[in-house]
Amino acid sequence: MPKWADVLLIPLISILIAFVLSGLVILAIGEDPIAAMNTMVSGSLASTYGWGYTLYYATNFMFTGLAVAVAFHARLFNIGGEGQAMLGGLGVALVCLSVEWPHWLIALPAAMIGGAFFGAAWAAIPAYLQAKRGSHIVITTIMFNFIAAALLVYVLNEFLRPAGSMDPASRLFPEGAHLPTFQQMFSTAENPLFRGAPANVTFFVAILACYLVWLLIWRTRLGYEIRAFGQSEPAAVYAGISPTKIIMIAMLISGGLAGLMAINNVMGEAERLVLNSVEGAGFIGIAVALMGRSHPFGVFLAALLFGFLYQGGAELSLWTNIPRELIVVIQALVILLTGALDNMVRIPLERLFLAMRSEKSS
Amino acid sequence: MDFLTLLQILDSTIRLATPLLFACLAGLYSERAGIFDIGLEGKMLMAAFFSAAFASLYGNVWLGLMAGIASSLVLAALHGVASITFRGNQLISGVAINFLAAGLTVLIAQAWFSQGGRTPSLSGAERFQPITLPFAETLSGVPILGPIYAELISGHTILVYVAFLAVPATWYLLFRTRFGLRLRAVGENPEAVDTAGISVTGLRYAAVAICGVLCGLAGAYLSTGLAAGFVKDMSAGRGFIALAALIFAKWRPWYAMFATLLFGFLQALALRTDVVEGIVGFKVPSSLLDALPYILTVVILAGFVGKAIPPRAGGEPYVKER
Repeated sequence: MPKWADVLLIPLISILIAFVLSGLVILAIGEDPIAAMNTMVSGSLASTYGWGYTLYYATNFMFTGLAVAVAFHARLFNIGGEGQAMLGGLGVALVCLSVEWPHWLIALPAAMIGGAFFGAAWAAIPAYLQAKRGSHIVITTIMFNFIAAALLVYVLNEFLRPAGSMDPASRLFPEGAHLPTFQQMFSTAENPLFRGAPANVTFFVAILACYLVWLLIWRTRLGYEIRAFGQSEPAAVYAGISPTKIIMIAMLISGGLAGLMAINNVMGEAERLVLNSVEGAGFIGIAVALMGRSHPFGVFLAALLFGFLYQGGAELSLWTNIPRELIVVIQALVILLTGALDNMVRIPLERLFLAMRSEKSS
Repeated sequence: MDFLTLLQILDSTIRLATPLLFACLAGLYSERAGIFDIGLEGKMLMAAFFSAAFASLYGNVWLGLMAGIASSLVLAALHGVASITFRGNQLISGVAINFLAAGLTVLIAQAWFSQGGRTPSLSGAERFQPITLPFAETLSGVPILGPIYAELISGHTILVYVAFLAVPATWYLLFRTRFGLRLRAVGENPEAVDTAGISVTGLRYAAVAICGVLCGLAGAYLSTGLAAGFVKDMSAGRGFIALAALIFAKWRPWYAMFATLLFGFLQALALRTDVVEGIVGFKVPSSLLDALPYILTVVILAGFVGKAIPPRAGGEPYVKER
């Protein structure tokens, strides 16, 4: 099978099947799939406002998608993106609340360090347990999602909630930690763009992160070692690569990327730490990484698609009787088809290409 | 803490342990046959919804139970197709099934009942009712043993007794029958089973189907026994706690019962923060109690409480040599 079919055709067919199935689901609950699609497109792509939300969500999914993808390269399945992003939010909030930041250009790098550090630290324990004690990283990272949620409730209620407030949320970040939104960056006096949409400068940080991950995986020694370990652990050990080191580093990078997401949703959008600020983005990262074939460019495209789906889904629940959970169903179908049922699409396609080749040669 | 409070806590321990026990035994069959299943959560949730929905629509809890088991079996079949027939990644398939259930239940609940993703609350014949065991009334006067029999052992719904009876049944099936021997063999060494002329695929599908039925029972108990109706995401991580209990139990039925009782006890304690405060002497944050089962799981997984060795062929799709 040619390479383009592997990287392009199979994901496209899988997505097509996922969409057709989602359409059937919409039909089954008595709604019109075509009208639903129209609502989604007009709500997410027809205005700069819609685009502002689509790109905001896409930014989240780029970070979590990259996080899952980096771990996948080392054949580690990090389901803990959700918890790592939650803790990243805590790190970002602590940094933003610590001092009166004079300017966002100073606050952003500090917040990035805070978010990435907390996210990485939350991934470090499952990574250590996998590397040293052989505890299955899938189960431990799932557990750490639940523990993170409980921890966040505790910290918000006991420490970060301002006195007199009933809402489990921190106080607003100082003015100097405000990140420029697309509205502030691209609007002119006579032509306001992206009005009220949360997309902000973090989008460009996410694109930079995609590029840097590509550099890391395919252009550095460490990236080579991660991929070698992922392809075959015995071969990697034979080549003198330490499994402990690779598991730890891959998971720290993965957790750090998930934690970095918080500069978008916590610092860029909410400008304070609230409960459930991650909104399942950590899990969508799994679908994004699988669909993007763990390649940063694929992750970028898949994140855009899911950004569109997420914003479109929000519009759907606003204008129709279809709840937001439709997106969870689409996400599940994408994970199922691109991840677990990959062979269902791949095997017939391989046969087809083989048949075409033998016909040509005969 | 007095005797009655203790009895109350133990009573809710049994109630809370029941769905965990069903799910844990479900995982036991699947993983003993070499199929990892982190989709227990999703199957439970799906069954919880369909049980409550059919019980509410037709006013009969048994019909609900059937619908719950059927819906769980559909998801189990999906997992089987993905991981046995198409030899896909079993973990990814399980994750997908969890999301599928989380999304579909709310979607269908909204379409059928328009109550924001829940079913109407169930009452009367739409729920499983507690059963009073014989002599519970007469014996309750006997000191200590009487209240234990009347409060703790009697007065649960039928599914609770089914769950605890499923433990010896599972033990017998797995360790005393030919089917059980083959099922365990297929999780340890499928090549050997294949060489003996027994279908690896068939055995694994059978295990996945049993897993589906048990998850269906777990879900049905959640929405029609423990609670009165379905609410969004009501399984609340129980499928994962059951997985943890399975590892803690080292994939053995009797240990599974004790492990799920322990986790049930922790959940019961989290509901009674006042009692915990009375015992330890200071205020324990309820979020810590909520997180305790998960923390304990990680500690167990870390191997500080004995080493857990999973079935050898677990998670590996079987490829027949040609």
